[in-house]
Amino acid sequence: MKKVYRMENLDCANCARKMEDAIQKLDGVESVNINFLTQKMILTADEEKIQEIAEKAAKLCRRVEPDCRVIL
Amino acid sequence: MIRIVTAAVLVAAAMIAPLEGYWRLAAFLVPYAIVGWDVLWGALRNIFRGQVFDENFLMALATVGAFCIGEYPEGVLVMLLYQVGELFQDFAVDRSRRSIASLMDIRPDWANVEQENELVQVDPEEVSVGQIIVVKPGERIPLDGVVTEGSSTLDTAALTGESLPRAVEAGDEVISGCINQSGLLRVQVTKPYGESTVARILELVENSSARKARYENFITRFARWYTPIVVIAAAVLGLVPPLFMGNWSEWINRALIFLVVSCPCALVISVPLSFFGGIGGASRQGILVKGGNYLEALAHVDTVVFDKTGTLTRGVFHVTAVHPRHVTSEELLEAAALAESYSDHPIAHSLREAYGKPLDNSRLSSVEELSGRGVCAQIDGEKVCVGNHKLMAESGSECHRCHRIGTLVHVSINGQYAGHIVISDEIKEDAPETIAALRQLGVKKSVMLTGDAKEVGEDAARRLGLEEVYAELLPADKVERVEALLAEKSPKSRLAFVGDGINDAPVLSRSDVGIAMGAMGSSAAIEAADIVLMDDKPSKIPTAIRIARKTLRIVRQNIVFALGVKGIVLVLGALGLANMWIAVFADVGVSVIAILNAMRALRVSR
Repeated sequence: MKKVYRMENLDCANCARKMEDAIQKLDGVESVNINFLTQKMILTADEEKIQEIAEKAAKLCRRVEPDCRVIL
Repeated sequence: MIRIVTAAVLVAAAMIAPLEGYWRLAAFLVPYAIVGWDVLWGALRNIFRGQVFDENFLMALATVGAFCIGEYPEGVLVMLLYQVGELFQDFAVDRSRRSIASLMDIRPDWANVEQENELVQVDPEEVSVGQIIVVKPGERIPLDGVVTEGSSTLDTAALTGESLPRAVEAGDEVISGCINQSGLLRVQVTKPYGESTVARILELVENSSARKARYENFITRFARWYTPIVVIAAAVLGLVPPLFMGNWSEWINRALIFLVVSCPCALVISVPLSFFGGIGGASRQGILVKGGNYLEALAHVDTVVFDKTGTLTRGVFHVTAVHPRHVTSEELLEAAALAESYSDHPIAHSLREAYGKPLDNSRLSSVEELSGRGVCAQIDGEKVCVGNHKLMAESGSECHRCHRIGTLVHVSINGQYAGHIVISDEIKEDAPETIAALRQLGVKKSVMLTGDAKEVGEDAARRLGLEEVYAELLPADKVERVEALLAEKSPKSRLAFVGDGINDAPVLSRSDVGIAMGAMGSSAAIEAADIVLMDDKPSKIPTAIRIARKTLRIVRQNIVFALGVKGIVLVLGALGLANMWIAVFADVGVSVIAILNAMRALRVSR
């Protein structure tokens, strides 16, 4: 299942790359793409777990860039 | 802004003021704190979160380091310059985001639905199939549908890049994203919003960044290693040589320069931005590219394979010649059109169209259709037969061959041969110039594949200026042909196949770049291809190649420029020839320049 999440305050392209790297390693993630320009995260993962994964991803994003929020 | 100016003034004051020792330190610390508190705070926060090596951390370390070795003005000014650079960078990123947003500005905000004789504005997503929506002049058509009432002209520029208005009236299909220019239209919705043209285009362009080009992957891998290596190099540079040679502050200063240069931001932003810009610019021209990788492949295309019907030709039959015997052209056409007036066959349609006048069916009696041969009918009491050479043989009149190539329709009147009409598929207006433009762009081979008869195919190829043509191919043969061509070309170059996306899905997916055209109506084409042309103009292909090459040129410039400047600064820094100023420029300055350069990809010259 593929879902698109909007992101706020994603200010650094290198951070977006780091977030991608970290989220990719989460269990159950098929693919993840963070678009720095449109400020969107496109997540493909297991349908049942996607909500849980998205929450974890949001946490990882905050760790890389503290002001960045993923709108779930 | 205010912070930067205040800090700048304070620093200037501190530099002039005759202060000594701790007073001097304090005088510089104040502006430093003003301009750099957020960077320091960000760095601290990230260290506790286990994120070292981010930009804040590196800048904090570099400037605090400068303070430690007594270079107070340097520390403040570097921070100041960094913030100015960041400001520029934010500005540049913001501008790019806005240009991209304006590109996506084909999203309809509302649909007008009639409820109890009142127009209500609703979200296009809430409109269901079969409902009637009202589109006022000046509004964007929100969903795909069929006009039930009213007539108007549509501006399709947002979808195709062509500002030529299109006239529509009741019964015509309309596509979301077009702007209604003149009249009020009532439209019956045929597709939910998610499947409407606009939604599909937006999704396609937005998702294009997921399919990365080779350059993008290179940058991602590069960035993963670059920062740690430079930071380690900085540590070595700052600690090892002074152990043997002393002069700690000098070496630490050089190490700090390394730290400042160690962020790969310029590359990480500008390379994807260039691809996105190229894809965005192309979509403005009605060329949808599904990913950076396809743009990259397109730039290296040296073989273009065309399907004939519907791609280079209109796929609509027209009378191209009338060769009468014993009668006038007018009479011949009239007889043929009348005899075929009840037929639904495309050829009958083209005959009626060529005659162009209303037909008087009362003159017609006892129409007999002979399948696979043609039609015989009584017109004003005369027996008229219209069909192929088999029919002529049966009706006892000899028929003539023709030097023109196409489908021949013979006519006999009362058993006497009256001449023939040549019907052929018309070549698209811009097809010959497309082939010429491709050659000019250095495409080595343009090939045409067709299922038509050999003469028909070769004639079309001649008129188009194509070198190679393969005729009488079944769909499976086309795949085989493309595979042979793939094997022939040099391994570095790419092969593009252009089709109408209807019957050629296997070929589209087999080739390096599959281009489908005429997507305005068909959603199958959007699915099957890598690159989709919204209208059916083959001349968009050279345009697409030009955009692809320009984008790649910009990407290469940015990579060479950013890596070059950083490399030079690293070398100079290690030798003690560079100062902090240059290092900050190599970081944020290069980023800003690379972003501005990347934005060029968005601009498309026609």
